[in-house]
Amino acid sequence: MKFIKYLLVGILFGIVLTKSEAVSWYRIYEMFQFQSFHMFGIIMTAIVVGVIGIQIYKRNGVIGLDGKPIQIADKEKGFKNYIIGGTIFGLGWGMIGTCPGPIFILIGAGFYGIGIVFLGAMIGTFLYGLLKDKLPH
Amino acid sequence: MYSFYGTWPWYISGFLIGAVMLLLIYFGKTFGMSSNLRTLCSISGAGKFSDFFRFDWKAQRWNLVVVLGAMIGGFIAVHYLSDGSGVNLNPATVAQLNEMNIDAPHGNLLPELFTSKEAIFTPKIFGFLLFGGLLVGFGSRYAGGCTSGHAITGMSNLQLPSLIAVIGFFVGGLIAAHFLLPLIF
Repeated sequence: MKFIKYLLVGILFGIVLTKSEAVSWYRIYEMFQFQSFHMFGIIMTAIVVGVIGIQIYKRNGVIGLDGKPIQIADKEKGFKNYIIGGTIFGLGWGMIGTCPGPIFILIGAGFYGIGIVFLGAMIGTFLYGLLKDKLPH
Repeated sequence: MYSFYGTWPWYISGFLIGAVMLLLIYFGKTFGMSSNLRTLCSISGAGKFSDFFRFDWKAQRWNLVVVLGAMIGGFIAVHYLSDGSGVNLNPATVAQLNEMNIDAPHGNLLPELFTSKEAIFTPKIFGFLLFGGLLVGFGSRYAGGCTSGHAITGMSNLQLPSLIAVIGFFVGGLIAAHFLLPLIF
């Protein structure tokens, strides 16, 4: 039963990403051509809502569902891994128009061809695991 | 102008995505979709090859449940909440797509070129989808997160590393959309 809330949040996420068309290859292409405000509006609104929400959590010491004050771990400091890894990710995102969330959502929606993208993403994740000690971080 | 069964407006969509992230934080978790790829690698036995995949993946089961929900959500949205009126693109975008021989939306979320059975098993499209996926998987693990973990969660928490990663996302995406796609198609 403790998993039901995650299932419901996931369903909401899947519906929103599909209905906002953030899962659409076309919308990602249009965004990278700067030919629509739609995707930029979505990302910026989500960040503004997120910044305000997290500030409310932190400043009021809001207690989370697990009974502890809400804490969010800082990202590890670094530069090379973020810029190189980010650019590699972006190259793929700009090509196939799907980041990891939409890969799952689209397969669930019945676009089984995206299973090929999923397979690629699994191979990519595996390759990183094999090579990570040899990569600049 | 907006319809529940058409494209949801950016401000509603953005608000709800922010709310999803805040809910998961309230549950004591962090919003991040690409970590599931690592978890799935571990479950598939990748720990035999790299200690990167030897971790307590059972602690990540909640995230796999989010993924399962997201898949159900995608199914509901496409089959019960859509009337085929969505994906109205800028006409300039459609003209560019025509030049690359990529079919225009017609209410579809994805081009037939990347989804139809005839197309996806041609070497070119199969390789395109596989390699694109590989870059997404490799890059998101290298950068320690994807759009959900860095662009939404990290940026909301004012993390400099996430800003650097997001700059990378856009540098890569712009190169792909302006140079790679016209080269490939």
